[in-house]
Amino acid sequence: MEFNPALPIYLQVTTAIKRDIVTGELAPGEKLPSVRDMALRYTINPNTVGRVYKELESEGVCFTRRGMGTFVTEDPEKVEQVKEEMVQELSHQFLEGMKRLGIPPEEAVDRIRSLYEKERE
Amino acid sequence: MNMLECRDITKVYGRKTAVDHVSLQIEPGRIYAMLGPNGSGKTTLMKMAMGIVKPTSGGFYYQGEPIGVESRKEIAYVSTEPYFYSWMTIRDAGKYYADFFEDFSMQEYERLLDRMELTPDMRTKALSSGMMAKVKIAVTMARKAKVYLLDEPLNGIDLLARDQIMESVLEAVDPEVALVLSSHLVDELEKIVDTAIFMKDSHLVQVCGVEELRMREGKSLVDKYREIYGHSGERNRME
Repeated sequence: MEFNPALPIYLQVTTAIKRDIVTGELAPGEKLPSVRDMALRYTINPNTVGRVYKELESEGVCFTRRGMGTFVTEDPEKVEQVKEEMVQELSHQFLEGMKRLGIPPEEAVDRIRSLYEKERE
Repeated sequence: MNMLECRDITKVYGRKTAVDHVSLQIEPGRIYAMLGPNGSGKTTLMKMAMGIVKPTSGGFYYQGEPIGVESRKEIAYVSTEPYFYSWMTIRDAGKYYADFFEDFSMQEYERLLDRMELTPDMRTKALSSGMMAKVKIAVTMARKAKVYLLDEPLNGIDLLARDQIMESVLEAVDPEVALVLSSHLVDELEKIVDTAIFMKDSHLVQVCGVEELRMREGKSLVDKYREIYGHSGERNRME
């Protein structure tokens, strides 16, 4: 995984795992790899993985069973909520980026629609 | 708690000061990157931690006691210098280590060799620099040490071998273990270390947490490296 240099690594890995949960790559109730295995998978510091798991837990996306490991939430509403948050964030980023280029929201939306139509052809 | 620590340590060789009044604390459960161009004092500092080089003033302490024969049993070290007798096979290198260190595990050594695609029958003198680097890491990480000091473990090694070395290093991480890796390959180390120690012209310039740096200053370790070393640092990074 390539990391953005200006953002904490733990946040980037947290987002990647949340995306996997939303897309179903990680199923509800599925056990996440151990901290050590996850560190090896992403070649990152194990303390960073510990932080990622803590973050996922505090957001209610994952839960920990003592001595058994960390699991993906089994609550479909929670997954839906995470998806909604990620969609909102992406949309917000898009509009912000356009605004910084001096493009008003209506035009930004038009641009995205025409791009979509062109790709569909 | 500090596991390994140096207090106001200095090493002078003739007219040249290699390490100038450095104080540093290494805590268990963390991976450190010791960064800086060649000649900034990284190797001398590690050698003083091992007692191979005697400080001119100040000292190194392990678990609160001055370093010595006892501390060397728990601190594993990889130097940049040649390692094995030329007649040795990779297997012999392991036996040689087993004779010296009580915490060496032959089983773990064989597992590491297998993972890094090395055959025990190969003679050490026939090894490429990348293979040699992997053998050095294997004999060292096969010890069950409390502190690992790895001097330039990634130097002159291709990308794939680097990944294998990083994985072996990550496997050693444990709440009771500390690892220090020196390098000028900053971007390689960025993802796997907690803390960076910046050395420049024999001084300790800064110690900072990698994630804290990103959160507080929005900077990567590479950005910070450029900031501290300017163009000379960049040249070293490109080597």
